[in-house]
Amino acid sequence: MQTFFQTLFTGLSDGAVYGSLALALVLIYKATEVINFAQGEMAMFTTYIAWALMDHGAAWKWWAFFATLAIAFLGGAAIQQTLIRPLERASVLTAVMATIALLVILNGLAGWIWSPQLQFFPSPFPTSSWDVGGVHIAKQDVGTFGIVMACVLVLWLFFRFTKLGLAMRAGALNPAAARLMGVRTSWLLALGWGFAAALGAVSGMMVAPTIFLTPNMMQAVLIYAFAAAVLGGLESPVGAVAGGLALGVLLNMLGQYVHPVTTELRLPVALAILLVVLLIKPAGLFGRVVVRRV
Amino acid sequence: MGSYPLMAALLELSDVSARYGQVAALHGVTLTVNEGEVVSLLGANGAGKTTTLRAVSGTVRRSGSVVLNGKRLGRVTPESVARAGVAHVPEGRGIFAELTVWENLRMGGYMLRRPDFQSALAYFPWLQERRNQQAGTLSGGEQQMLALARAFLARPRLLMLDEPSLGLAPLVTREVFRVISDLNEKEGLAVLVVEQNAAVALGVAHRGYVLETGSIVLEGTADELRTNDAVRSAYLGY
Amino acid sequence: MRRLTLPVAFAVLVAVVVVAPFAVSNYRTYQLALVGLFLVALLGLDVLTGFTGQISLGHGAFMGIGAYTTTILVVDHHWRDLWTIPLAGVVAGIVGLAFGIPATRFAGPYLALATFAIPLSFIGVLKRFPHFTGGNVGKNLPQTQAEFGWHTSPSIWLYTISWVCALVMLPLAFWIVRGRFGRAMRAVRDSEIASTANGVSTAATKTAAFGISAFYCGVAGALYALAINYVNPDTFPIDLSILLIVGIVVGGAGSLYGMVFGALFVEFIRISWGPAILDLFSKVHHVNTHAPGSGLVVYGVVLLVVLYVAPAGVAGLVRSATRLPSFLRRKDDASLSDPGLV
Repeated sequence: MQTFFQTLFTGLSDGAVYGSLALALVLIYKATEVINFAQGEMAMFTTYIAWALMDHGAAWKWWAFFATLAIAFLGGAAIQQTLIRPLERASVLTAVMATIALLVILNGLAGWIWSPQLQFFPSPFPTSSWDVGGVHIAKQDVGTFGIVMACVLVLWLFFRFTKLGLAMRAGALNPAAARLMGVRTSWLLALGWGFAAALGAVSGMMVAPTIFLTPNMMQAVLIYAFAAAVLGGLESPVGAVAGGLALGVLLNMLGQYVHPVTTELRLPVALAILLVVLLIKPAGLFGRVVVRRV
Repeated sequence: MGSYPLMAALLELSDVSARYGQVAALHGVTLTVNEGEVVSLLGANGAGKTTTLRAVSGTVRRSGSVVLNGKRLGRVTPESVARAGVAHVPEGRGIFAELTVWENLRMGGYMLRRPDFQSALAYFPWLQERRNQQAGTLSGGEQQMLALARAFLARPRLLMLDEPSLGLAPLVTREVFRVISDLNEKEGLAVLVVEQNAAVALGVAHRGYVLETGSIVLEGTADELRTNDAVRSAYLGY
Repeated sequence: MRRLTLPVAFAVLVAVVVVAPFAVSNYRTYQLALVGLFLVALLGLDVLTGFTGQISLGHGAFMGIGAYTTTILVVDHHWRDLWTIPLAGVVAGIVGLAFGIPATRFAGPYLALATFAIPLSFIGVLKRFPHFTGGNVGKNLPQTQAEFGWHTSPSIWLYTISWVCALVMLPLAFWIVRGRFGRAMRAVRDSEIASTANGVSTAATKTAAFGISAFYCGVAGALYALAINYVNPDTFPIDLSILLIVGIVVGGAGSLYGMVFGALFVEFIRISWGPAILDLFSKVHHVNTHAPGSGLVVYGVVLLVVLYVAPAGVAGLVRSATRLPSFLRRKDDASLSDPGLV
């Protein structure tokens, strides 16, 4: 029973990380129909920046955390305005190709600038655990979950209650109509990319202490995030986060209780789960089949 | 014998042409909308009515001159035209179906620091009780009213409507046009309404134009058009 | 006019291929053999991306499947290497179909993200079953020797089998994209919604395109294994998939002949230009250009530049250069609507 709860908490913590990156993917996809393949590498790159700001991983610094969020936000917006916007007018396919190019460039650049060697990344949370009735709950797991969910909550409040958030939602639903109401949709897209990049940065900084900082660290996370987004129904932000949590828990449970599932198989198993869910519920767990008017 | 008040031209299109790719949709359209008046642009399907509105709001590339409030509009974006005081209710109304009625209205007031919801809602009192209803679940007529309310909230100088009667039953259509007429008379709002339904459009208009395959073929006051033989047989059915 | 250009172009290509080994060194012949196998791979990927509009980050893995199939059959089961080539293609093709059947339920761009998972999963599977695949260490292949009583250097033999495959699979690709299936593919590329409304089954079309492209890459992978005599999980990382994408974009996605340029580009940037550029960089800055993933930066930059400057690739540039000036062109010139056939 104890193992169950321990696995559950680890699963929720992993799941939160997947969910926030999934949310980033969905944010951008919902607004622009572009899948940002570089989302993971952007997260990785900004995590390296955080690492550099923290004296090369000496100790966690909260100011560096927030500074990184700001840098990520600006970087994301800048990338959208300079790289993506001109290509979007051509076709979605070219824009997606550009994100693939970006993925590759960021990956290589990280290796160039900071060397591909594995680095240690500090965590803001102590490595000890709480003992609750015999169950060891890692403080890091709870902390990760808390931070990520807090960011998601802040974002939710922004979208729900502010004028700008409403405009972004409207712009994603019907950009032409939004523009007729004076909404500068182009700036809002930049804002969306900025938020997505910031979410990615949170994701990266929370997962790095466990999986260690390397240029390739976010690749598997990106896959899990994508799986979470699809599980959640592609265009549903709530679904993305919920999907992430569910996936995190499921994968950890499988890894713990089903022996043939070793760490190398985690990724193919995640994909298999995804495919099975889609066969049963093609629109994902939370999605509705969208009837598109032609 | 009184003197005619000199009406200031709010919107002037001169020799405006537009094309979609290789296909020319408008050929040298010239029309005017003056302050405080309702102008109807009539025409059958494919005549280029929607394109005319798009030429004003910058959604389609055009040549020729569009002057709004004395200022020439160059290469503009829809959002800048909106900010210049033009509210364009497009084909299909442009309602944000997944947002609530209230959220749609808030979007109407996007450009204003403090939108005056009260006076806008005075024309659409029933919207108050439907605030939290998802806009996509409103009936066609209700959606049209919502679109009007939203457009009016922005306190535009010119309201452009694309086929407001489309898909609506006759009674509902009459209601919609009554509100349009109200907005014009009580608020002095200038309206350019594009319509296939000539009868109801001419009922509220001061002046009108008839568009056929991208060119203006007839213009005049509403009365003149209503009694014109060609208009009667082609658009009024008698 | 157009009817003539295709067979003529093909004849020219055959002539060049036959003559080339006599004109160049043994090493260059070896490189040109690799160009041939990359051509096969790019043709396959072009069918999927250029014609059906689906981006795939996983086709390096299909090459890997082909390579491993050939290697395992030759090394462990003593097959003659030639016979393994078509089988490698079929195995890869089946895996491609197996992936495609459920995966094409995803909307377009998410399908692309799913393909990102293929190489990662492939590597995971390779490492999980080391007894079968040689695990991290990989397997060595004996060098391929000329057959059928012909005595010639391995390079020339490799060149021959590589280009025989390419010159057979190129017309095959033309045949595939020309017919009704080709129209279905292009319909899916241009508008998923409209094609569904017209009765084209987008999932079936996409799945078939996946299978075909995987088959092509499997054949290319088999040839690749025969060329470099070694396979291990790191031979087919995501690098290769990216390189293939760069190849089709440079060549001109949607153009089959463009893939010849793409293949030339791929081989030369892989071996010569890429490392040269990196060398330049390492002299200019303190940059650790030997880090893995460095080569990729070059590919990424090239891809970006091409996307901005010449999104239709070399094929597009050729098309623009040879287009008649507008007053000579017939009004209903269909060259814009069907770019896929040249």
